[in-house]
This record gives sequence, structure tokens and C-alpha cells, in this order.
Amino acid sequence: MSNNDHLVRFVDIQKSYDGESLVVKNLNLDVAKGEFLTMLGPSGSGKTTCLMMLAGFEPATHGEIYLNEQPINKVPPHKRGIGMVFQNYALFPHMTVAENLAFPLEVRHMDKSEREQRVNRALDMVQLGAFGDRRPAQLSGGQAQRVAVARSLVFDPDLVLMDEPLGALDKNLREQMQYEIKHIHENLGLTVVYVTHDQSEALTMSNRIAVFDDGIIQQCAPPEVLYEEPENAFCANFIGENNRFLGEVKEDNGDTVKVEIENHATVVAKKVNVGGVGDRSTLSLRPERVTVNPEPGSVPNIFSGLAEELIYLGDHIRTRFTVLGHDDFIVKIPNSAVHAHLKEGDTVNIGWNAEDCRALDPSD
Amino acid sequence: MSTAPATVDGPLITADGIPLKESLQKSLRRSKIRAVLLVAPPLLFLIFLFIIPIGNMLTRSVDDKLINEVFPNTFEAFEAWDKVSEPSEEMFAAVYQDLKAASKTEIGKSSVRMNYAKPGWRSLIKVTARKIKKMEPPYKEAFLKAEGRWADTEFWLSLGIMKDKRTMGYYLNAVDRTYDFDKNVIHVDENRKVYNLLWWRTIQVSIIVTLACLLLAYPVSYLLATLPMRIANLLMICVLMPFWTSLLVRIVAWMIMLQQNGVVNDTLVAAGILSDENRLAMMYNFNGTVIVMTQILLPFMILPIFSVMKTIPPSYMKAAQNLGATPTLAFIRVYMPQTIPGIGAGCILVFIVAIGYYITPELVGGKDGRLIGNMVAYHMQRSLNWGLAAAMGTILLIVILVLYWIYDKIIGIDNMKMG
Ligand SMILES: Nc1ncnc2c1ncn2[C@@H]1O[C@H](COP(=O)(O)OP(=O)(O)OP(=O)(O)O)[C@@H](O)[C@H]1O
Ligand SMILES: [Mg+2]
Repeated sequence: MSNNDHLVRFVDIQKSYDGESLVVKNLNLDVAKGEFLTMLGPSGSGKTTCLMMLAGFEPATHGEIYLNEQPINKVPPHKRGIGMVFQNYALFPHMTVAENLAFPLEVRHMDKSEREQRVNRALDMVQLGAFGDRRPAQLSGGQAQRVAVARSLVFDPDLVLMDEPLGALDKNLREQMQYEIKHIHENLGLTVVYVTHDQSEALTMSNRIAVFDDGIIQQCAPPEVLYEEPENAFCANFIGENNRFLGEVKEDNGDTVKVEIENHATVVAKKVNVGGVGDRSTLSLRPERVTVNPEPGSVPNIFSGLAEELIYLGDHIRTRFTVLGHDDFIVKIPNSAVHAHLKEGDTVNIGWNAEDCRALDPSD
Repeated sequence: MSTAPATVDGPLITADGIPLKESLQKSLRRSKIRAVLLVAPPLLFLIFLFIIPIGNMLTRSVDDKLINEVFPNTFEAFEAWDKVSEPSEEMFAAVYQDLKAASKTEIGKSSVRMNYAKPGWRSLIKVTARKIKKMEPPYKEAFLKAEGRWADTEFWLSLGIMKDKRTMGYYLNAVDRTYDFDKNVIHVDENRKVYNLLWWRTIQVSIIVTLACLLLAYPVSYLLATLPMRIANLLMICVLMPFWTSLLVRIVAWMIMLQQNGVVNDTLVAAGILSDENRLAMMYNFNGTVIVMTQILLPFMILPIFSVMKTIPPSYMKAAQNLGATPTLAFIRVYMPQTIPGIGAGCILVFIVAIGYYITPELVGGKDGRLIGNMVAYHMQRSLNWGLAAAMGTILLIVILVLYWIYDKIIGIDNMKMG
């Protein structure tokens, strides 16, 4: 991908509100044209701050943001031409829905007939054609959300920012809106920078996810890569479920490492993010990658586990084992004949591949 | 439709056979009683402190009963008179009867009233009443002997103004008009006109003060609503300071500031902006009233505007700019319209207080800074012409109600936010 395909580039961005602590620490991030990039992270990790810097409402303390390869640090918000959906929608309460949508066109001095045409088109796009004369207060949460999306798109911006736009909606509506936003993104060829702290939302919607923690991007990758190949313990833990062991590297074999964990058992793991022999490491293992009763010798890691708790979930059985001294080891057993033999209190062999067990940094 | 539901035909019935409406009412009665008990104290308060006094004021402003009760025979004789010929013996006899029957206070009070219709009545009645005991018929002679002015038919003719139990005379007086002896409405003499000028000035001052307050209050409220809490609180204390200092202290402060040799003039002269002989007159005149009233009424404008601004999230301004509006345009198109309920409430509040203000104009207004409120106070306390004071008060009340009505038509009263 050449540089020209980048719509947005954050270069060495730092941000501090109080001059004492950095809220965003050295951010480097490129957003490609047409991409749906999600900023995901816990509360207070600096996601909104990044969005506000991009929209122009907060100055960057250090570094430069480029939009279409133009530095925009000195461009005021109203000249940036970036669409934005605010978390509380920020629909103007004294204007009707149609007037809200016409506002960005009016300030661009578009003539009346074209304005109306565009407003109607935008309303139709979010299936609210009949709601033009309503006031925002007369809309349901979902409708208001759609109007906010329509308003952010009505002046044809290349880039749309959305700060937790679905946070106020209930689960069903949220899922429906996720698909609608996704469709609009695909149909219009937009570039979207989306903020959420809901990981499933991030996984379903995004081309790429930037995982934020403590003002730093921990990893920025497509959803499947992020899930399958987390690069550090924070991402492994934040996205999806995982079993963790803390231990010390005893042997480095290039691709794999042998890690000795607390009760002196040794686990063979894929070397991802560890130093050498003697360093501490977090081992991360997805619950669905664990096999119950593996053929002896088929996988390098086989240990015995005590089944503590079984929860029947239809397609799989969620089982909690005590393994290697950890009583919170979760295994997702596919709903097949195997589970028929397993009861609470049974002791069985469980095993996993070195490939599926990632040796990561020892954080927290 | 053969199987229409039974409920369409007859009244709805509850399970135990009592009509639904009845049992609903029964169940509501208890909560109704409780509601009535809860509102009783404020209701009584309202009745005793607002409704009764205002009703009293309304009746007083048109009341002319007393004189008709004290002089029944006189008015009867007056009605029989042809208004052209000399007053007859019967007419004097009637006055004699009435004066004889009336108590001293009654005579005193009604003579004051008669004096409004024609100056001179009061002393005429007073002198006559003193000699009434010794009078013998024929009364015409006796009256003329007691007071030569009884020959003046104008006194007799002026009774025509007072013959009804209700009068609009006070309202006419309040706008520099009066009745002639045939009860036609006429202007008062040019040199006795005072009230129209005062009404006009009062409206003028109220409008100027309201606009000045709005102009000053808007940016201050905006600061209050947007500054960080700590600074905003400090500013709020400054805004509320006028509420905490006594009126007199404030006015003395203004005197020190505004008088001919006051701080403002001295500073301007020292800075070379004014020459020594052109010192501004800012006290004891129209300007003084406007300046000091603006300062005193400012909080009434700031508070409602501030409380509305406080509820406007900053995201609206951000959204407007994000959509392409310059900060100024965003402020005008998005922020200001949302503050209208506060502006409306503030303006109405300030205007209403200003239109009835009298202490400040009394103290700093001098001669051409007096307002209609000063006249009301004067007639209440000095001249004791309560009828006129009540009429003026009623006119003020009507002006305020009309304002509310206009406000309701334009903005809608339910849109008003007092704080
Ligand atoms: N205007 C501000 N002034 C001072 N500090 C701020 C300001 N806005 C945010 N912060 C601080 O910056 C940090 C990051 O805030 P930010 O709003 O970017 O978090 P976020 O990732 O959007 O969190 P959330 O998921 O809760 O919205 C927080 O510690 C917050 O307290
Ligand atoms: Mg946020």
C-alpha cells in the first residue's frame, strides 16, 4: 500500500491536557482510503481524545496529523470537512430533522432545490423519509441515531468519525445498527474511524482494529489477526476469552520456547513476544484450541485436569478445569460424543499444540 | 355485526358489578383529598397575599360609594335640579340634612374626594360643617352667610362627576384626563399634565434597562456557563453580590462613582477625555436612574439565561463547526436559539421589576429620573389618594399581563425558564 492511499496519518502524536501526564503517548497510525478502522480500548485510554484531535477540537501537543497528505494541525474544525457522529448525537433540538440535515448544506451555500434533494436522499438512505418534519425530541433513540448518521454523511465527506454511536441503544437495536452502518460504509466507499469499547462490535464491523490502552496502540490489525495472533498479553486478554499462565522461559528453540510455570510443569509455546532464557512470560491459550483426551504424543502439551464445572451451551459445553494449579482454566468442548463421558469431578487428560499457545510479554 | 362487544352498549362494569366509573371515582377520592390538603397552605397564602389585595386594589380604583352614602339627599336634590337655574332652597336643605347626619370622619373623607372633582370643596365643606349646628332655616341664606362660595354653581355642577357609585375618574387622572361636569372625558390643563410623561418615561427606562441588562448579562452568563467550575463560582459570587449588600450601601457607592466630582468624572478629566467644565451629569437625572437600575436588576437577567446555558451541552457547538459552520455562525444559528427561553424569561422579569421600580429612582433619579412607581408611592403615602394609586397599580398590572400574553403568543409561556 503506497502512501497515497492513506487518508489519515497520525505521526508521532502526543497529547496532554494538564501538562503533567500524557493521555496519548506517541501515536502513529495510518488509515487507508475506504477503510473501516475501529479504535477499541478500555475507558480512559484516549480514544475520544484521538478523535477530537482528528476533528480539530483538541490541539495535538506534539506531532502532526495529515489528511489527504496535508498537515491539518492548523486547520480549524469547520474547514476540515470531516463528518462526525457524536455519542449523544448532538442533533440541534430547535431544528426539525430536515433542517438538521440541511444545516451543513446551508453553511456551504448550496441552493435550495439541491439542498432538499440531498436531504431527502440522506433521509431515504436511513429509512426515515417520512420523519423530516419531526423534532429530534420526537424521535426514538434508534431514529435519532440514524438521523445523526445521515447528517454526518449529507455533505459527502470522505471521512466519517463515530464516537461510540451505538452506546445508548439496547442490544438488538445495536446489532441492527451495526449492520446498517456497515452497509452504508460499503455502499458509499467511505472511510470510517469508529470508537467503541465493545469488542464484539469492533470485531463485526471493522477492517482493522487499533487496540488502545494507556494512551498507546497495543496492536493494530484486522479482527481475525487480532483474535488469532495477539501480540501482547493485553490484547490477548482484552479481545475474546483466553487462559493464561505466568512463567519463566527455560529454553529457547527459535520458533518455540519452553516455559516453566509455577508448579514446575513445562509448557511448550510459540515464541511471539518474549526475550530469551530467564525472562518471564505470559502464556495465552484460547479455550476452543484445547483438546480433551488427545492421542498421546499428538500434541506436545498434555496435562491432567479436574473438571470442576460444566455449562451446557447448545453448540458447545463450556467446562472449567483445574489444570496446573489454575482453577479457572476454561475449555470449550464441541457438542459431540466426547462430553457424554465427562462429568463434574472427573479427571481427564487435556492437551494443546505449541502453535496455539502464545508466549507473550509478562505484563500484569 | 351481530356480536358487538357488550361494552359498546352499556357502561363498563367492574367484577363486583359496580359501574367502572363509580369505583374509579371512589378510588380517586382519597388521593384527591390528600392533594387538596397539600395545596391548602400555599393556596391560603396565595389568597391572603395576592388575590385579596389585588381584588381590593381593583375595587378601590373604581370605587365612589362613600360619597353617595354620606350625601344621599344632596344627590337626590341634584338630580332634580335643572343645572341652569340658581340652586334652590330644597337643595341647601338636603345638604344640611346630610351634613347633620354624617359623622366627622365621614365628612372629612368625602370632602377629600370632592376636592378631586373640584378644588375648594374640602375647605367649603369643612367651614360649613363647623357651623352646621347653629343653622336655622332658610338654609340657603344660612349657607351663603357661612361661606360665600356656595353661590358658585360650579360646586353644584361638579356633583355630576361623583353621582355614580363607580367611577373611571381615577383611571382618567392616571393618564392626564378628567371628566368635565357633564361627565365628558377631557384633557387636564397643559400645566397640570404629569402622568403621561411619567408613563412614557417609565416605559422608556424599563426598555433601556432591559436591553442594557440583556447586553451585559449575555456574555457574563456565557462565561459562567462555560468557564471551569472554580472560576465560574467566583464569578457567580460577584454576580450575586448586589443581593447581599444593602440597597443604601449600593446607592452610596454609586453616588461616589457617578456624581459631578465622583470617581468616573475625575478619572475622565484626569485622562484628558473630558474638560473640567464638561463633567458628565450621571446622577440625579434620567441617566442615574438607568445606570443604577441596570446594575441592580442585572442578576435577574443573568440567572435565567445562565441556567438555560448551563443545560446546553458543548457538543452542539462542536457538531455545528464539524458540519462546516464558522464558530460565529455556529453560535448564532445553534447556540443562541437555544438560549431564547432564558432570554425571554430574563427580559420579562427585568421589565416587570423595572416598570414598578421606585426606590432607586427616588434616591438617584432627581427630578427627571422619577418613574410612575414614585407617583404610586406618593399617592399611597403622602396625598393619600388611594383611588388614584390603585388605578395606577391596576394599569401597571394590565401592562404586565399584556406583556405575558404577547410573550405567550410569540414564544410560548411553557418555554420560559426562570431558573
Ligand atoms: N477535556 C479534558 N481535560 C482534561 N482531561 C481530559 C479531558 N478529556 C479527557 N481527559 C482525560 O484524558 C484521558 C482519556 O480520555 P478519553 O476521553 O480520550 O478516553 P476514552 O478512551 O474516550 O474513554 P471512554 O471509553 O470512557 O470514552 C482520561 O484520563 C480523561 O480523564
Ligand atoms: Mg470516549
